[in-house]
Amino acid sequence: MNSVSQLDQVKTGPWNGGRSPWSVEYGKIMMWFFLLSDAFTFSSLLIYYGAQRFSKLTWPDPDLVFQSIPGIMDHGAPLVFVGIMTFILIMSSVTMVLAVEAGHRRSKKEVIWWMIATIIGGFMFLGCQALEWTHLFHEGFGWGEIPSAEELKHLFSGDVSLVAAQQFSNLFFTITGFHGFHVFSGVVINIIILIMTINGTFEKRGHYLMVEKVGLYWHFVDLVWVFVFTFFYLV
Amino acid sequence: MSEHHSHTTEGHEHEEHAGLTKSKIWQVFGILLLITVIEFIIALVVLPKGYMSHGVGNFVYIALTLVKAFYIVAYFMHLKYEKLGLQLSLTVSFIFIIYFIVLMLIEGGFLNLHMLSH
Repeated sequence: MNSVSQLDQVKTGPWNGGRSPWSVEYGKIMMWFFLLSDAFTFSSLLIYYGAQRFSKLTWPDPDLVFQSIPGIMDHGAPLVFVGIMTFILIMSSVTMVLAVEAGHRRSKKEVIWWMIATIIGGFMFLGCQALEWTHLFHEGFGWGEIPSAEELKHLFSGDVSLVAAQQFSNLFFTITGFHGFHVFSGVVINIIILIMTINGTFEKRGHYLMVEKVGLYWHFVDLVWVFVFTFFYLV
Repeated sequence: MSEHHSHTTEGHEHEEHAGLTKSKIWQVFGILLLITVIEFIIALVVLPKGYMSHGVGNFVYIALTLVKAFYIVAYFMHLKYEKLGLQLSLTVSFIFIIYFIVLMLIEGGFLNLHMLSH
């Protein structure tokens, strides 16, 4: 610290800013606050969904709407496919923490392999979501589109409501779409970080903090899915 | 430097670079998987057979979801090992979300009542 002039000397008292209150690196704080604002966005979408559901007398039964495994079974397997998707996302979250853990030990090789595993998990999740969307499109769902009243009878356990079906359809595609967009951007960011790791950027930098930052983002995507899963598929 | 100095005097040495051990990571993974399996059992066995009403089931789902969220944020996102100041500034903000939830569900409930009576 020879280059610091007398005036710029770091003050040491805790009330003079001499101690970092959070002792977290700047980029990581900013990632946290970005995620907080993103959590607000997702919350408003999900809360609107909840308000719609509360206001309707009937709602499509998730066990009846989501009962196919695209390409294998058309009926009679409620929750199985979304269970696979949930498992994939949790699993890729685990490989991400393992990448962060390897980064702490500055083990470049392990970071690379765990990042590759995370990216594969992300692609698998996106693939599953594409299959599920395609299936629902074939059933007649879409933004502003619902199956005929006759077909809807099989998707409600009580009375059929066209308005409820339409709200369900719009909100399902909007919210899972917004989440899928997050997964997609997460995969892209992960690939960038993977390339930087392979190039040895972080090795030269002396730390793998960037892996931790994208890790935060990736776990957040997993976190949102936990809520989407509960409110669309279970409740 | 001063930062490192205050660190050691506060006795937070182990949280600097320790992070999560591999066994802890797999333990958290096991918990998340277990909770998801419980949710599936409730959805596929407990509710269809009528051991639990749907209202209670929904409360259980939401409680289990919040437990999962806690494990992801606390361990995977490492928040449990951060300083109290950061933990507070990130969690206290959710008062606004809770307020919004209460607000919108009351609104939705009122509309539901209104539809029933007409």
